[in-house]
This record gives sequence, structure tokens and C-alpha cells, in this order.
Amino acid sequence: MVGDTSILFQIAGIGIIVAMIHTVLKQMGKEEFAQFVSLVGFIIVLLFVINSISDLFQQIRAVFFFSG
Amino acid sequence: MGIFEVVSIGIVTAILVLLLKDKQPVIAYLIIVVTVLYIFVFLITYIKEILHLVTYLGEEANIQSFYIKTILQIIGIAYVAEIGSNIVKDAGLESVAIKIELVGKIFILILAVPIFKSLIETIIGLFPIN
Repeated sequence: MVGDTSILFQIAGIGIIVAMIHTVLKQMGKEEFAQFVSLVGFIIVLLFVINSISDLFQQIRAVFFFSG
Repeated sequence: MGIFEVVSIGIVTAILVLLLKDKQPVIAYLIIVVTVLYIFVFLITYIKEILHLVTYLGEEANIQSFYIKTILQIIGIAYVAEIGSNIVKDAGLESVAIKIELVGKIFILILAVPIFKSLIETIIGLFPIN
């Protein structure tokens, strides 16, 4: 179970890097690129989260709904 | 001990969310979601053991497996509804969380209908009404 927590730090790292790129691009005056980078970072993180949700739902299905 | 693991994950999540909240609020929210999912996945291994005990007791007591299955499904619906409502509530959508809980309650009621019907039939069988 302990190995799974690294995903938290991965997401936080992506968030910090995206925030940094966002700030730099905004300083350069490229608002639309900054928004785009934000969106891409969000989508990457969302992929992690969706994997984790489907994992949890499969486990719940295996425990509660097919074992009775 | 599992409890130390969960508490330390909670503290780490709080720090990471504080770090990211004003720069990237959406990613901070997704960190919260991942933590909630992690804690529920952590919990489900323990719940599995409890449910094994419940099914074992049911088999020893010769209860029909249909009833045990219904009870397990009711617990499962409650669990999923709790996860969903917690995650939605974290995003600040209190009203949607209440609707998710409502749907969970109604589905539990629908699952309990056959048991209730058999209870009523047993009672009517005990006291024949003509």
C-alpha cells in the first residue's frame, strides 16, 4: 500500500511545474499559451485520478457485489 | 499499523494542498480526490475481512444466501455513495452531495423491498386474515 502514495507527490510536482510555467508565460505576455499549459497539466493529472477511481470501483465491485 | 499511515498521508496532503491552492486550485482539488480514493482503497482491505466474517456467520447460521447478498450490496451502495458525496462535497457542491446520498438511500430501499415483502408474507402466514 505504501508505494501508492508516490502518486500524491507526482501530482503535486506536476502542479508546481505547471504553476511555474504558467507564471513565466504570463510574464512573457502569452496569456493563451499559459491557459493551454494549465489545461494540459489538468488533463494529465485527471488521467491519474481516473485510473485511481476505476481501480477503487473495481475493488468495490469485487468485494461487495459478486462475493455474496 | 495502518492508522499511522493514514494520518501521515492526511498531513502530507494538507501541506501539498496548501502549497498549490492559490496557484492551481484544480490540481489541489485533484490531490484531495486522490487522497480520498487512497484512504477508501486502504479501508476496503479491512472491510473485506469483516465481510468474510459476516458471510461465514450467515453460512453457519443457515441463513439463505440471498439475504446475505442483499446486505452486502446495501453496504456496497452505502460505501460508494459515501465516497461520491465526500468527493463532491470537497469541491463545495453541497447540494449535489445531498442528491447523491438521496439516490443511495432510494437504491438501498429498492434492494430491501424483496426482504420486506417476504417479512410481510411471513406475518400474514402467521395470522391468516379472511
